[in-house]
Amino acid sequence: MADVPAETRTKPYGGEVLPPPTVRVGPLRWLRENLFSSWWNSALTVGALALLYVVGKGVLTWAVTEANWAVIPASLKLLLVGFYPEEELGRVWAVLYGTVVLLGLSAGLWGGLLREAAVLLGAGVGVLLGGLLLAGWGERGLLGGLLLLLLGGAVVGGWLRARAPVLLLRWGKRVVGGGWLLLPIGAVLLLRGVPGGELWAEVPVARWGGLLLTFSLAVVSIVLCFPLGVLLALGRQSSLPVIRWTCIVYIEIVRGVPLVTVLFMASLMLPLFLPSGWEINKVLRAIAAFTLFTAAYVAENVRGGLQSVPKGQIEAAQALGLGPVLTTLLVVLPQALRAVIPANVGQFIALFKDTSLVFIVPLLDFLGIALDVLENPKWGGPAREMLLFVALVYWFFTYFMSHMSRKLERALGVGER
Amino acid sequence: MPKAKDPIIIAEDVHKWFGHFHALRGISLTVHRGEVVVICGPSGSGKSTFIRTINRLEEHQRGRIVVDGIELTNDLKNIEAIRREIGMVFQQFNLFPHLTVLQNITLAPIWVRKMKRSEAERIAMELLERVGIPEQAHKYPGQLSGGQQQRVAIARALAMQPKIMLFDEPTSALDPEMIKEVLDVMRELARSGMTMIVVTHEMGFAREVADRIVFFDEGRLVEEAPPDEFFSNPKHERTKLFLSQILQH
Repeated sequence: MADVPAETRTKPYGGEVLPPPTVRVGPLRWLRENLFSSWWNSALTVGALALLYVVGKGVLTWAVTEANWAVIPASLKLLLVGFYPEEELGRVWAVLYGTVVLLGLSAGLWGGLLREAAVLLGAGVGVLLGGLLLAGWGERGLLGGLLLLLLGGAVVGGWLRARAPVLLLRWGKRVVGGGWLLLPIGAVLLLRGVPGGELWAEVPVARWGGLLLTFSLAVVSIVLCFPLGVLLALGRQSSLPVIRWTCIVYIEIVRGVPLVTVLFMASLMLPLFLPSGWEINKVLRAIAAFTLFTAAYVAENVRGGLQSVPKGQIEAAQALGLGPVLTTLLVVLPQALRAVIPANVGQFIALFKDTSLVFIVPLLDFLGIALDVLENPKWGGPAREMLLFVALVYWFFTYFMSHMSRKLERALGVGER
Repeated sequence: MPKAKDPIIIAEDVHKWFGHFHALRGISLTVHRGEVVVICGPSGSGKSTFIRTINRLEEHQRGRIVVDGIELTNDLKNIEAIRREIGMVFQQFNLFPHLTVLQNITLAPIWVRKMKRSEAERIAMELLERVGIPEQAHKYPGQLSGGQQQRVAIARALAMQPKIMLFDEPTSALDPEMIKEVLDVMRELARSGMTMIVVTHEMGFAREVADRIVFFDEGRLVEEAPPDEFFSNPKHERTKLFLSQILQH
């Protein structure tokens, strides 16, 4: 209730409207208030500092003097793309460059969330670049190129938004938007190649691996499972018993089965049921398993959101003459989906990490390749360095997702009641 | 002001049960075009339930309701056609919190009446002028005061160019200072010749604006009379008791 009607705002009382008093908190005062407010708090602070010192010193000493980081740059290609043929790597870079240019342009054109995403990803690439001092100049050049293109895109986009005439701006937005729509198709065509094609020889999906595979699995599964989950949630509330019960049975069965089992089914059982000669490639099978599995969880999240929309909202829509479909699409779903952003992003993060279970299929994703590399006697068995690197990469992308979800929530929360 | 006898809502022997509770016990009421009918009565007497049966937010289980020549049946097409002709304003406003004021008002005209966006927005701005808050068009409902929200809700209902407006205790959730701004809008609407059914406890408003006052108790229509007669010479004992309690506090 921020806005007061105009007539009450200008009351003839005189007196000024004063700004709130500014309180300056110096660092010393902050320390005293937050860390040393009582002798018990002081003891905790000192204890925590001591613990941090011991652990931090150990880790740092190890990282600088003992650790042999050479394993990472030496196996970087395997980690990132698996057994993707060396001579075709240009295609992977092309897809990356395309994505980065689009992201940069969008960040400049629209700002807001997209700019946030671009900055975070840019920072990630920057850290990778800085950390890879041992890598060859070729890779560093290619990585640097990513950063430059991101920045370049952002500058061009920003210029368009600030300076360009309206017509040009509108066309710019259309072209970039179209680019995003074409990107997935282009990426798959380019990465997978055309069977028998001369320019882009086919690279069977079975040869994809590493981060490329992890990403493909996660992105495609997330994009597919979300609409499926929403449909299941709506179906669960349907007034038609056939639809409602189908959805309930599906959701409850899938939620009652561990993901590992679903993957086993997809990889081992499915081929037994298919007529001989039929084969669905492993990656598609894994994607199907992840999608069908996560959709059930998304459905339950969305159901929570649907139930959180007050009945009065639906009545108001009905009273305006909106039918059931329009009421759901325009009034209920926008509010329900916004309410469940945190839960759904949590589900997507879980899915992203669960893609490491594809060793069952078997496929070699990011973690799988890392473990495989460590089998090589050259590196002398399990190496903490490698696992730490893998953990950091997973952390970066999951943090990226949760950070963006928080920003998205805030951006959409403008009209919160 | 004498009104031409042209019935637009006809309710005959309307019954409604919630589980075993008999909420409406045979309501018969005819409302004429351009008429303002105020329904009052103690809480739980079925007044809200009754006006909610008129646009089928509640389904009546016995009796007959005809709105502008269309009978309310289970036919969804019929129901939607009737809902397009009836605007409704709720006690809790029920604005869509994820849409701006302007989008709240243009939503139904664009999607139900298939109006062009520019045209719908022009009409919406006219309506916001009419209810006195054009400067709030681009804010979200959560940023407005209760009185402003209710005025937006009225504008939203009017945007569908309804023939009838239903008001379900439109001022009951408002701070005292904001009641007047909403009643003023409703007064103006009544003067413009809109057919209105208003459930309210605002007896001053009823006396001034209503053509007829209807008194409900325990799911029955106990008494109906023009305002002067209703206030000065109530016939039924229950009405007298109600009036003495509501007018003496």
